[in-house]
Amino acid sequence: MSSKIASKIKQKRIAQLIARGKRLDGRGLTDYREVQIESGLIERAEGSARVRLGKTEVLVGVKIEAGEPFPDVPNEGVLTVNAELVPLASPTFEAGPPDENSVELARIVDRGIRESKAIALEDLCVEPGKKVFVVFVDVYVLNHDGNLIDASALASLAALLNTKLFNYEVKEGEIKIKPGYKPLPMRNHPIAVTFAKISDKLIVDPWLEEEQIMDARLTMAVEKDGKICAIQKGGGYGYFAPKEILEASKIAQEKAVELRKLIVKE
Amino acid sequence: MSQKKPEKLIDENDVRLDGRKLNEMRPLRLEIGVLGNADGSAYIEQGKNKILAAVYGPREIHPKHQALPDRAALRCRYHMAPFSVQERKSPAPSRRELELSKVMRESLEPSVFTGYYPRTAIDLFVEVLQADGGTRCAGITVASLALADAGIPMRDIVSACAAGKVEGRLVLDLTDVEDKGGEADMPLAFMPNSNAITLLQMDGMVTGEEFEQLVNMAVEGCKQINQLQKEALKAKYVAAKEAGVEKEEEAEEEAED
Repeated sequence: MSSKIASKIKQKRIAQLIARGKRLDGRGLTDYREVQIESGLIERAEGSARVRLGKTEVLVGVKIEAGEPFPDVPNEGVLTVNAELVPLASPTFEAGPPDENSVELARIVDRGIRESKAIALEDLCVEPGKKVFVVFVDVYVLNHDGNLIDASALASLAALLNTKLFNYEVKEGEIKIKPGYKPLPMRNHPIAVTFAKISDKLIVDPWLEEEQIMDARLTMAVEKDGKICAIQKGGGYGYFAPKEILEASKIAQEKAVELRKLIVKE
Repeated sequence: MSQKKPEKLIDENDVRLDGRKLNEMRPLRLEIGVLGNADGSAYIEQGKNKILAAVYGPREIHPKHQALPDRAALRCRYHMAPFSVQERKSPAPSRRELELSKVMRESLEPSVFTGYYPRTAIDLFVEVLQADGGTRCAGITVASLALADAGIPMRDIVSACAAGKVEGRLVLDLTDVEDKGGEADMPLAFMPNSNAITLLQMDGMVTGEEFEQLVNMAVEGCKQINQLQKEALKAKYVAAKEAGVEKEEEAEEEAED
C-alpha cells in the first residue's frame, strides 16, 4: 500500500473497464466520487473549508491582511493562491520549496477565481494606491487520492464563501479593527471539472490509480452563468483531439451545475 | 515607466492596433541552427517576440535519480531575460515560468519518440529575449524546430498559436496589450498530422459557442504556422544538401583533373 502505485495487472484492468464504459470503483465515466464539504473548522483563519472527494482530502484556509495594491490596479484588493503538497498527504510528496505540481495546482485554482471575478476585489480597497486587503488562499492537501485540482478549487470556493471580513476604520492612515464581521464580498462561483483520457475515453474526477495511467488531463473551470473561465491541459504523455475538447466543455458545464449545488445554497 | 493604455484595441472596421485583421497572424520569421554549441537550435520572431531555443541531448542525465527506465526524460526550461519586458524582470524563475516550463514540456512530449533513448535526458532551453504576448506559443513553435534540428526522432512538428476574445470579438494571435485589455486568451498547441491538441490553456470568460470557435480558429492558425515551420526546415536542410552535392561534384572534378 505504501508505494501507492497500482500493479501492472490492475492498471490493465482499469483501462480495459474504461474502454467498455465502466470503472473499477463502480462509477460511471462522468460520475464524481462522494463529495463532503465542511466549512469554518479553523477559528484562527478568516475562512476555511475541508473537502473530501472520495479519499482525497483538501483543507483550505483564508487569511486576510492589509497590504499594498499592484500598481496597475491601485483600487483593487489582491488575491494570492498558494498550494502545499504536504508530506503527510502521500508517500510521493517531499518537504521543500513548491515544485511544479504544487505551483500548477495553485495557479489553476487562482485562474478560476480570478478570471470569473469571484471576489469583488474593488470592495477591498482601503486607500487607493496605498492600502488594500490581501486575500491569501492557502490550499493544504491532506490526503492525495487523485484529482487534487477539483477538490482544491471546491475547498477554496467553500472557504471564500465562509470568509469573514472584519469591520474596521481608518485612523491617521492606520487600519483599526472594530468588533463585528461581514462576509467577504463574492459575486461568482467558479467550479473546476477535471477529465482524464484513458483508453480514448474521457472520464471525470480521476482517482489516483486512474491518474497513473491517464494519457492526458484536462481541467475546465465554469462560472455561474455557464461560461468557461479557465482551462488547463496537463498530465501524462498524451493529447486530445479537437472534438474531445468540445465534448469535455459540454460535460464540464453540466457537472459544474451539479457541484455548485453542494456549495452554494440558493 | 508604464505604457499608456490605448482606448480602443479594435476600430470600427475590425482593424487591430497593429493594422491586422481579426484572424490574421503577426509576421513570423523562423531560423534554424543558430547556436554553435547546442545539438539543435532555432530562433523565432513573431511580431515583437524574439525567442531562442536550444536542445542538448539525448545525453547522460544528472541527477541520476531523474532517469526513466523506459524513455528519455524531456526536461524543459522556459525563461525570460530580465530585459525582455517593460519593467525589469528578476532573473530568478517565477511561478509563472515554472508552470510554463511544465506545460511546454507536456505539449512537446507527445511528439518525441522518447522511448528510443531510455535513461537519458533531452534538455530543452527556451529563452525569451523580448516578449510581446503569446511567448509560450512562440516558444513551443521554436522548441519543436530545435528538437528537429537536433535530429531527435519525432512523430510530428508541434505548432502553437493563441486565439482570444478582445472587445467582444474573437481574434487570432494576441499581442501583450490585447491580452491584458481583452476578455480571454487561449493558447493552443497542435500536431496537424495526428489531429492532436497537446497544449490548451485559457484565462478569461467565454461561452460554449465562443469556445468552439476559438478552438477552430487557433487550430487553423497552428496549421499556417506548421507550413512555415516545414519551409524553415527545408530552407536549411535542402540548402545544406545541395551545398554538399556541389562540394562532392567539385571534389570529383578535381580528382579527374
